[in-house]
Amino acid sequence: MADTLHRTPLYDWHVAHGGRMVDFAGWEMPVQYASIVEEHQATRTAVGLFDISHMGRLLIDGPDAGAFIDRLVTRRILDMNPGQVRYALVCNADGGVLDDVLVYQVTLPDGDLSGYGMVVNASNRDKIVGWMAQQRGDFDVTVNDATHEYAMISVQGPRAIEMLDGLAECELTAMRYYYGNMTKLCDCRVFFSRTGYTGEDGGEIICDAGSAVYIWERLIAKAAELGGGPVGLAARDTLRLEAGMPLYGHELSEEINPVQAGLDFAVNLRNREFIGRDAIATLQRDDSLPVRVGLQLDGKRPAREGAAILRDDEVVGEVTSGTFSPTFGRPIAMGFVKPTAAAPGTMLEVDIRGSRHAAQVAPLPFYQRGQ
Amino acid sequence: MNPADLKYAKTHEWVSLAGDVATVGISAFAIEALTDLVFMELPVVGKQVEPEQPMCEVESVKAVSDVYAPVAGEVIEVNESLPDNLEVLGTDPYGEGWIAKIRLAAGAGTDHLLDHAAYEKQCAEEG
Repeated sequence: MADTLHRTPLYDWHVAHGGRMVDFAGWEMPVQYASIVEEHQATRTAVGLFDISHMGRLLIDGPDAGAFIDRLVTRRILDMNPGQVRYALVCNADGGVLDDVLVYQVTLPDGDLSGYGMVVNASNRDKIVGWMAQQRGDFDVTVNDATHEYAMISVQGPRAIEMLDGLAECELTAMRYYYGNMTKLCDCRVFFSRTGYTGEDGGEIICDAGSAVYIWERLIAKAAELGGGPVGLAARDTLRLEAGMPLYGHELSEEINPVQAGLDFAVNLRNREFIGRDAIATLQRDDSLPVRVGLQLDGKRPAREGAAILRDDEVVGEVTSGTFSPTFGRPIAMGFVKPTAAAPGTMLEVDIRGSRHAAQVAPLPFYQRGQ
Repeated sequence: MNPADLKYAKTHEWVSLAGDVATVGISAFAIEALTDLVFMELPVVGKQVEPEQPMCEVESVKAVSDVYAPVAGEVIEVNESLPDNLEVLGTDPYGEGWIAKIRLAAGAGTDHLLDHAAYEKQCAEEG
């Protein structure tokens, strides 16, 4: 691998524990430790630990920080409660998605507002930092790319919060979903939020890079008692796909707008201005664009990204992500199809390397916890 | 079959030769590397194959991989029960996990393949 790849503070741990390291968005990351299916199931039934330090962490401060982010993203930021987290999209003027992000309203324990945080995709970090510099204008704001100063660990699964509660200073079970706070975990100062990318309950920890190994090893020991353990990027992908969550570069791109992607919940056009707003308002009335759907297939053979989706020999779309679902024991996929082929239950076909397979449009998400 | 007695392609297929019929499968090292196999497409009986050309496909949760023909010849038999019992690739890769039998083409042989020691060395280098 090229020596220019970034490494997270947990790199040595991954290598020492059988992590198969791959280049992911310029980072050497563990794709799996042993079995992807076992890592997936551990997360669905107990708890999985993910090194997500490759995600970009931006600190946005200054008197205009809230107004500035409000102008950049598809949801209102200025009305966020202390400690609240919002999923939103950063769009260009045409409504194309530059990135999907989490915006954190960070409040210090004494109640003073300290500013905002944003977590962006590793693959889009440089682009978003550049976009912010370009859009800054007269906003009185500073943007600090703090990615390398911190590590980020995701703890996901039905037993995640219970496990973390014993290690944290504050009571995490009382924390609402999509809220976060500064706290102490394993006696280290961390920012903890009840967020994730698996469809399970759980949370994400942002800690100093220097505390990462200490915290991670304690979490690993606790998780092992519950039948959980480390999870690589491959199972992160199968988990998010079951949960119907888009992945940038697959279901989201600058050529795709949030409405087509079915992310209306993350778009607020009312009484506000943001970059891409007018384009999105127009696109909302355009019923000719392909829309995101879920597909479920029979048999065992997954349809992968790029597979054509057909109806009556006519190509009506393309698969953007596909895998074998460990939870359902069958292939599942997401893709974009013509709106006339998008209704759940519609019978379509996918072309998997030259052979046609039946695929039925399925409601998203495929998986919801508590079923 | 004893893995020490088999020959191997660099692309991780094993070969057991009896007369002019080669039984072919995938090595334990490759199965371990692939992990989480979910689908196998067997070669078609009657298919003419050439070394280093894709013979069939095996698919894991993560990705699809080609299985390459280790020898030149004609596929005369395939392991029909394998696709529904992919776990035997893990438990018995050199026995129940065989994929196909190939009748060698005239003049074809196995001299281009690695012996067990050379293959083990290659695997050690791949880590």
